[in-house]
Amino acid sequence: MSHLSEIPKELADALDTFNGTTSRRDFLKSSGLFVLSFSGTGLLDTPGPDSGEASGAPENGTAAPYPEPDFRLLDSWLVVHEDSTATFYVGKTDGGQGTGTAFRQMMCDELDIAFEKSTLVMGRTDMTVDQGGSGGSDAIERDGWAVRRVAAEARRVLLEMASGRLGVPMDELAVSDGLISIPRDPSRTVTYGELVGGRRFDVMLTGSNVNATTGVASVKPVQDLKIVGQSLPRYDIPGKVDGSLEWAVDVRLPDMVHARNVRPPVAGAKRISIDESSVRDLSGFIRVVSRGNYVAVVCEREEQAIEAASRLEVQWEKPATKSFPSSEDLFDYLRNATPMSPARGRGSRTATREQGNTEQAMAAATTVVEAEYDFPFQGHTAIGPAHGLADPSDGQMTIYTNDMKPYSLRTGVAEFLDMPPEQVRVIWMDGPQLYGRTAADDAGFEAAFLAKEIGRPVRVQWMRHEETAWDTKGPAFAFTLRGGLDDEGNLIALDYRARVADYAHVGYNQPDTVLIAQLMGIRPSRPASGGASAPAEMYAIPNRRQETSVVRFPRAFETPLRTGNLRDPGGPQVTFASESFIDEMAVAANADPVEFRLRLLRASSEEDRVFMRARSIAVVEAAAEAYDWDTRPSGKAVGSDRILTGRGVAYAYRARTAIAEIAEVEVDRETGRVWVKRMVCAHDCGLVINPDGLRSTIQGNLLHGLSRALYEEVQFDTEMVTSVDWRTHPTLRHVDAPETIDIVIVNGDPEPDRPDLPPYGAGEPSHRPVAAAVANAIYDATGVRLRRAPFRAERVLAALEAAGV
Amino acid sequence: MSDVTLDVNGETHTLDVDSSTPLLYVLRNDLGLRGPRFGCGLSQCGACTVLVDGVARRSCTLPVSRVDGEITTLEGLSGDGELHPVQQAWIDDQVPQCGYCQNGQILTAKALLDRNPNPTDEEIRQGMNGVLCRCMTYYRIQAAVRHAADAMAADASGSGPAREEVIR
Ligand code: FES
Ligand code: FES
Repeated sequence: MSHLSEIPKELADALDTFNGTTSRRDFLKSSGLFVLSFSGTGLLDTPGPDSGEASGAPENGTAAPYPEPDFRLLDSWLVVHEDSTATFYVGKTDGGQGTGTAFRQMMCDELDIAFEKSTLVMGRTDMTVDQGGSGGSDAIERDGWAVRRVAAEARRVLLEMASGRLGVPMDELAVSDGLISIPRDPSRTVTYGELVGGRRFDVMLTGSNVNATTGVASVKPVQDLKIVGQSLPRYDIPGKVDGSLEWAVDVRLPDMVHARNVRPPVAGAKRISIDESSVRDLSGFIRVVSRGNYVAVVCEREEQAIEAASRLEVQWEKPATKSFPSSEDLFDYLRNATPMSPARGRGSRTATREQGNTEQAMAAATTVVEAEYDFPFQGHTAIGPAHGLADPSDGQMTIYTNDMKPYSLRTGVAEFLDMPPEQVRVIWMDGPQLYGRTAADDAGFEAAFLAKEIGRPVRVQWMRHEETAWDTKGPAFAFTLRGGLDDEGNLIALDYRARVADYAHVGYNQPDTVLIAQLMGIRPSRPASGGASAPAEMYAIPNRRQETSVVRFPRAFETPLRTGNLRDPGGPQVTFASESFIDEMAVAANADPVEFRLRLLRASSEEDRVFMRARSIAVVEAAAEAYDWDTRPSGKAVGSDRILTGRGVAYAYRARTAIAEIAEVEVDRETGRVWVKRMVCAHDCGLVINPDGLRSTIQGNLLHGLSRALYEEVQFDTEMVTSVDWRTHPTLRHVDAPETIDIVIVNGDPEPDRPDLPPYGAGEPSHRPVAAAVANAIYDATGVRLRRAPFRAERVLAALEAAGV
Repeated sequence: MSDVTLDVNGETHTLDVDSSTPLLYVLRNDLGLRGPRFGCGLSQCGACTVLVDGVARRSCTLPVSRVDGEITTLEGLSGDGELHPVQQAWIDDQVPQCGYCQNGQILTAKALLDRNPNPTDEEIRQGMNGVLCRCMTYYRIQAAVRHAADAMAADASGSGPAREEVIR
């Protein structure tokens, strides 16, 4: 089938002009790795849709319009070059966890070419199909299937072509690394490049949406995958180590200017006036741009914009009422507030679930334990503050960003600026880590707005104080749990109640919730409340009740306490409470905490589609074995040593991935400092694409979890966030890293050899149990139960002193 | 504006910039270097690290007029296409995640090993402590510093690279 007219113009251009990739490649001799050369302006070195070699500047690679590549065309996903190399186009982004490498591994395996013969373009809205960018740990789990099927289809089509050319039935052909041969007649071969190099496949795919994209071919059975499962080095690392990779922060365009924002001094402040004379005489000053409460200064040079933003005199009027409780009063506020009624607010809810009869069982219990847990607001606080560069030339808008969702940035900006979406494109490039809804969204909108106002390319980057104070926050929670044991120490009733400060949850790239829109007075008719799911475990507890309710603050918009997705949204908070409490119940039952959990997991044989019970049991057992767990109830006798040691376990699942973790802590009873000396993580995410990449991702998750458990807490008074830098919102540092991390990759699937064994998400699950494992270990070491995160030294010390330890 | 002369990665540049301009912006915006990055502007994170006469300095708070030595950035660490052993260890150990902080990590490690070629684990942790990583690659960084120290010791003793390929 031929559908030439539906091929995006750029792709067609690229195929017409492209003549092999060798000249654009560079073998980095010192590492032996095959990498793209990012010399010069970089983008154009990526072979593919807009790689017109004659053009010197990436920003002008091609003119608008920029229609979306059609996912139903094989040519949108994959180009085979004359030298039998291939370029893949994937609508995802890589925040540094190696998803790009994993995509290449999967696609090379299905296409049957060597890993080194592939390159990958990710997250460019004009070149890669809309797979939504990143989020939800779904890159491999969900999008991996579409790219595998597409690559498998390309292989099938190539075999079909070869069959025609060689006059031999398809089933008599063999393929290896882009070379098709006839085993019974080895003299006759044809390469992928000879068959289709530099030309279109002109093959239609089917599928009602991008995730369902498929051709006729099926993917290979797991046993036939050769590149998948290998710890191949990440292709992006050499350029990150020698300084050659061009990042979103590095793009410099002719005539580009720099902007910095001037934020309201307190939440909800109203701009009264701006005294432009305070900056007019500064060198390089171009303009103050303001609309509503959004204010920015634009200058020729970056340091000039920083200086001007800090000097600009703006008169603000503080709001008459308090915006929120202070961080010290936060948990009392959450507990005493009347939660939102389910009837009010878009999507708001007080969700209750009950099975059995919890109150009746609680009344019949021999022992009832009740405990409250608190988890504060925490920030993304990216190492590199949010940034964006927007080029408004020729009536189009090109945004260079590290935003993990370039597609919604494109449509959001188009709506915000009232431009046709075809005139807007977003080019994703590497940047500081993104684990959810960060200010990268906001900065992209700001750059585009300012570029349109100024008529020149504008680069904006947030300052550290803005990033820490104004980035979206993971919401605070207050929990109350009650549990009842029967006279044999079985957990027969569990009552879980959570209150979450997630009243105005901002989504991704929404033109009515990005910060600039809020400051301009644009907002949705109602704030969208978030919420949280209940604990994700497979414990068989006959009577349980779960209730999550959302608490609102006086200020929903123009607030630095706006909430958004932060790595494993809600997971660390909920699991801190639920898995700390399970530990408390084990103590009440005088049971070993691993045994207690295994007993709860084995108390039922009910299974689900992904064997979550069997896999949960397997990870708990694997973690205990790897740690060499000493079976005994937690809460050792505290001796006279200054350093107290203990171990704690926690388990959870996230979506279809099961995790159990053990933390070994040292608590300094003189300073209150907690050091997690060793961590063990047993991890079952099904099929593993790149084991070393997975380990790296898990290590990052564990340490980020430690950072949230030990240090991170957003502080604020009733009008403004007072956490503004690394001192006031501290993070884990080198000295805090564990001495040993043991990762056990488990495959607890009872049918591990089934041919379609799926991979599940791994970007976030291992983040989830960390805080609980640490709290449980601190209890084991000291006999003191910490029920409020983070466990900063002063808080630990106070708790130890209060308990007389 | 005034003329400022800087020696960067073996080349001398004379630039017409305000003398109070932090070195970071000159390196990035005038010289087009990508290694040093803006992280905080407060000397708190290390993302902007450069070497001045071999000492790790924070370019975000260092005015160009106060630069008193030869500057080496991440780009200048490898000579003749040969990666520095610290960079090689970073690749072998697959250290970076996003990589944004790694300029500061690598240069700080290089300066540390120049001062102390055979640091203890504790000296590595302390010596690297001021450089933050929000992807939390500390564990791999510390292992890579150790591997780089071993490789440099082997080079110095002429026994050739002692590294095995570390792909765990
Ligand atoms: S940017 Fe210089 S120390 Fe953070
Ligand atoms: S690797 Fe991302 S901040 Fe360090």
